Amino acid sequence: MATTKKKSTSKTTSVAKKPAKSTNFATAPINKSLSKEEKIALYSTIVGIRRFEERSLRAYNQGKIGGFLHLYIGQEAVATGIVSLMEENDHIITAYRDHGHALAVGMSMNECMAEMYGKHTGCSKGKGGSMHFFAPDKNYWGGHGIVAGQTPLGAGLAFALKYKGLKGCALAFLGDGAVNQGSFMETLNLVSLWNIPVVFVIENNGYSMGTSLKRSSAEENLAHRADGFDMEWEVCNGHDVFEVREVANRAMTRAREEMKPFLLEIRTYRYRGHSVADANHEKYRTKEEIEEYKRTKDPVNVIKQQLIADGTLTDAEAKRIDQEKKDEAEASAKFADESPVAPRSEIQTDVYWEVDNDTEGKLKGTHFFND
Amino acid sequence: MPLITYREAIKQALDEEIQRDENVCIMGEEVAQYNGAYKVTEGLWEKHGDKRLIDTPISEAAFSGLAIGASMLGIRPVVEMMFMSFSYVAIDQLFNNASFCRYMSGGLMNVPIVVRGPANGGTSVGATHSHTPENMVANHPGLKVVCPSNAYDAKGLMKAAIRDNDPVFVMENTLLYGEKWEVPEEEYIVELGVANVLKEGTDLTIVSHGRCAMISLQAAKTLEEEHDISVEVVDLRSIRPLDEETILKSVRKTHRVMLVEENKPFCGVDAQISHMIQLKAFDDLDAPIHRVSAIDAPNFYSKELEDWQIPNEERIIECALKVAE
Ligand SMILES: Cc1ncc(C[n+]2csc(CCOP(=O)(O)OP(=O)(O)O)c2C)c(N)n1
Ligand SMILES: [Mg+2]
Repeated sequence: MATTKKKSTSKTTSVAKKPAKSTNFATAPINKSLSKEEKIALYSTIVGIRRFEERSLRAYNQGKIGGFLHLYIGQEAVATGIVSLMEENDHIITAYRDHGHALAVGMSMNECMAEMYGKHTGCSKGKGGSMHFFAPDKNYWGGHGIVAGQTPLGAGLAFALKYKGLKGCALAFLGDGAVNQGSFMETLNLVSLWNIPVVFVIENNGYSMGTSLKRSSAEENLAHRADGFDMEWEVCNGHDVFEVREVANRAMTRAREEMKPFLLEIRTYRYRGHSVADANHEKYRTKEEIEEYKRTKDPVNVIKQQLIADGTLTDAEAKRIDQEKKDEAEASAKFADESPVAPRSEIQTDVYWEVDNDTEGKLKGTHFFND
Repeated sequence: MPLITYREAIKQALDEEIQRDENVCIMGEEVAQYNGAYKVTEGLWEKHGDKRLIDTPISEAAFSGLAIGASMLGIRPVVEMMFMSFSYVAIDQLFNNASFCRYMSGGLMNVPIVVRGPANGGTSVGATHSHTPENMVANHPGLKVVCPSNAYDAKGLMKAAIRDNDPVFVMENTLLYGEKWEVPEEEYIVELGVANVLKEGTDLTIVSHGRCAMISLQAAKTLEEEHDISVEVVDLRSIRPLDEETILKSVRKTHRVMLVEENKPFCGVDAQISHMIQLKAFDDLDAPIHRVSAIDAPNFYSKELEDWQIPNEERIIECALKVAE
């Protein structure tokens, strides 16, 4: 079982430091009920994120993508597992490492790749870039570039659900470095005080840029911070999508049913540098560490082996899906490359709602000051 | 028309909007059970209850961000800053998230929040509590900001701000809360982006906003009585959007202009207005544009000195005589 803490008044409750390694989460009820198609969809999403990001890395190295590119490679099962549990009134928000969450909610590779290419066909018309993908129609509220800045927004999404009497939860993702931002700690207090149905998901990949968890957090068990706010928490591994689903399901159900916040810490790993510009990532961690994770816990391999073992997929089918995703990613790069950039007139659209929507407010006073 | 205070006018606006739209709620420190640090929300919690009047912990970043997130799903929070100075600990939420989420999503969302609270010096509370950040807000495309100078405007602008679908800052003034003006009983709105000519005149234009507009009006009367100078006073009301036409119309009439604000001069609101006037009405000017701003230093604590530091009638008259010469 994953490490867990049920509400307890005793401060002496002992908790294991690490999530357990060898439970077969695939047989947990939330996973057992999955149809063959649903399981294949999980694999397909995980492999899709991997192939999309590999293709975007190539595009970046070809100079097609500007700014920063934070790859999610190694963490794919986290967003995939959690998003697969989302219901109609559930909402999601994350930081700048946002491609995996975007594809998992169903955004197309085309609109995502085009956004990174800075094209008009991108999800944000080229105004946001890699760190700022949005799809409110899919309950996906970004893509945020300031570390932890999205955490109070996530609380706000959940606040709105509660205000409107809707049964749902908001999922707010953050990194292991983001936990040390004041805005996040303020927000933990607020959501527990007000019983806001938000699930904070710390994707603990062990590093914030070049700083290891040991060097940034006094208490390495990040989920324990919830105790200070009388809030429930759990810790689990992030390489096995079935484990992620099993544990996240408890948190999300509790948020929806009991209107309570939850802090989930998911132990995961990123294979690449912090961003592609972080070429020296083998200076602050060893090659062996990276290789060991890839060998034993690669999320793509893990689910592939599981689905082959339980008869859901054959090796050939897995390869076919993989190839389809490679082709889709390749096609998205072509789409992005061939798309136009936005006309200059777009620089001053999407600034004010009242102006874009041609309301009477637009006619009153000057909104833009160019000279 | 009944005479009511600036404070009462804001409260009426909040009360009416809470009743009009079930998505309007007020949140901030001490706004509910304590009746507001400056009693602006007095009685509203008793009348509307916990859902609409929400006391927050002292966590400006968290509750500002929460309001922004909630507004993305259609809630229309009015966030009270006990002092606008305290918004500085929430700057990432207000100046990154409220202002840029719409843009960075290519227009897929909007953030209909109001951030309101007092933004003024002159009360001997020292530099940390005396900020006038309307210029900083206006420097962020995506945000709007208004500075009501009287009770009538405070009520009308507050209602417009709450109904606006973009984030709007309403800069109030603790020195005005207890002052009275005539405010009609019938419902009305003061639209954003429309300036108000407080007094007509022919020799000199004073452009001002917030409480300084009222001081300018007083100075204009003195200038007329004692110096025989006919002064026109333009109250901006709204900083962004900005009513450039009303300013230019007045400049074209008087050919002399001075600008009065409580902002610090460097990159203050009036730096922008001055630039705009020279660009669009250069040939109409018979004299250089002068400014009276807060004297360029952090706000002084001691009353005598702070009263001199922020614009007052004496400094305005002195400057006006120079411009009118
Ligand atoms: C307020 C702020 N400070 C610093 C940065 C620069 N920065 C971007 S990501 C990052 C590391 C964050 O690490 P973590 O929260 O663990 O997330 P991860 O990158 O591992 O997903 C830093 C320092 C920023 N974007 N915002
Ligand atoms: Mg990290």
